[in-house]
Amino acid sequence: MADTALLQLQALGISFGGLRAVHDVSLALPQGTLGALIGPNGAGKTTLFALMSGFLKPDAGRVFFAGRDITGRAPQLNARDGLARTFQVVQPFAAQTVRENIAVGAHLHLKSRRAALAAADGVAAELGLAPQLDKPAADLTVAGRKRLELARALATKPRLLLLDEVLAGLNPQEIGEMIPVVQRIAARGVTVLMIEHVMQAVMNLATTVWVLAQGQLIAHGTPAEVTSDALVIEAYLGPGAAARLAR
Amino acid sequence: MKADLAAIAAFVLCIGVFTAATDSGVLLNALMMALYAALLAQAWNLLGGYGGQFSFGHALFFGCGAYASAIAQMSGGVNAWLALALGVAAAALLGLAVGALTFRYGLKGSYFALVTLAFAEVFRILALSLDFTGGGVGLMLPLKPAAANLQFVSRKGFIALVAGFVVLALLATAALRHSRLGAQLQAVRDNEDAARAVGVDPLRTKLAAITLSAAVTGAAGAFYLQVFQYIDPNIVFGPGISIEALVGAIVGGLGTLWGPLLGAAVLHLLADSTRNLFGELPGLNLVIYGTVLVLIVMFMPRGLAGLLRSLSAAWKARRG
Repeated sequence: MADTALLQLQALGISFGGLRAVHDVSLALPQGTLGALIGPNGAGKTTLFALMSGFLKPDAGRVFFAGRDITGRAPQLNARDGLARTFQVVQPFAAQTVRENIAVGAHLHLKSRRAALAAADGVAAELGLAPQLDKPAADLTVAGRKRLELARALATKPRLLLLDEVLAGLNPQEIGEMIPVVQRIAARGVTVLMIEHVMQAVMNLATTVWVLAQGQLIAHGTPAEVTSDALVIEAYLGPGAAARLAR
Repeated sequence: MKADLAAIAAFVLCIGVFTAATDSGVLLNALMMALYAALLAQAWNLLGGYGGQFSFGHALFFGCGAYASAIAQMSGGVNAWLALALGVAAAALLGLAVGALTFRYGLKGSYFALVTLAFAEVFRILALSLDFTGGGVGLMLPLKPAAANLQFVSRKGFIALVAGFVVLALLATAALRHSRLGAQLQAVRDNEDAARAVGVDPLRTKLAAITLSAAVTGAAGAFYLQVFQYIDPNIVFGPGISIEALVGAIVGGLGTLWGPLLGAAVLHLLADSTRNLFGELPGLNLVIYGTVLVLIVMFMPRGLAGLLRSLSAAWKARRG
């Protein structure tokens, strides 16, 4: 399994004080997957992303990326190896233009300023940000900032992209525009794992879904399998809900 | 980059013409001191403006440059030009060391400011109590007027020297603005976590910035030594220097190429002219200086450079 999986977690766990935010999570994300990580609020999804990308060090367990143990390694080193992430609360370099923002990502593999700016133009065109290239990032709408977040991560030419709620805060039309963007990224061969609450997107996009509740994985499978799983329904809707729905 | 280089060339031309056109000691002195203040502000801007790390103790690097150069000349018998280079190198090394100690542990914001202040104070007290720094008496550079000894008979020689440093600092800043390091430094300034997520090493970029900033500050310290030929711990390691460096940069406009030069020059001319105008009422000049400072900070949050940019944008909008 470790040979084929791009990202593999083994019994990963972290506690904050007495709170076990993530506990005994193991999963294997094969190369080329478009996976989704879902779960109720406070389930530990973002914490799990932080453990994978190196922003947090786990108390227990190991993280393997492309067969290498990267447990607790700094995020900038992981980014260099092709593990990129976006943030749920968008984090633009507000004082800089959209082009400059994306160029920071492009600079990861390009030393020349000119080449990085040109690469930024290319990524922006791909994500529909071309008209906004010269705007300060602070002037973008929420949808624009989500795209920028994605563009900056994509400019690092990642092998694995961890997307933390890129659809949150978008209206239905904007969601409809964003879904093909994510699909195009996956079609280019980038392995994607997305945290998402918008089930329409999860059903449309994901080939495999993992469900996290109270820090533990409770189900994994295709979107259809997972949404009919009794444990999953109860995690979202409360105990007994699965039985009531079945009636 | 081309526009920046053209502006820097025009600046050199202006300084050259002004210096050639006048022999007034007052004017030349004012120009020299304005350029010296600009150099300090530019140095601070490299770390504070582009790196977002607000140092309250740049006197540390200033004093290091001044003392290293003085000791090399007086105890080591080193030529003054070489001593100046040694002063710059010593300040750069000290910057790297202080950066390694503070940034490694993730100190930022007011904590970084306080630690830099503490470092400068420790060095001030060390310089006051150690023998080879002359203690509280300070160090007096022997008078050997000759260009070879970096002791120019005319102010014009010193102006050429400090203007050269200012131009080097301008070129370094312009190069930084158009480089990967500059992009990464500003990314870390604006959002460190987002920068790390796209592969930027915050420690490395901050260390580069503090080393460069300290080197330029050290050059200002070594220049100060050559002009006044006397240094003591309370002057060169004192908080006055640290404040002069940051005020010029902040008033002028953080993270801009010309802001620090503009801010330092305006503040310096203001201080000079109020002192001359209100000489018979001691203290009034400081009141006016302080008032203007408060007004600038209140009404021009992006500094003088930001004000100029807004004005030119408004003018263009009216014409267009």
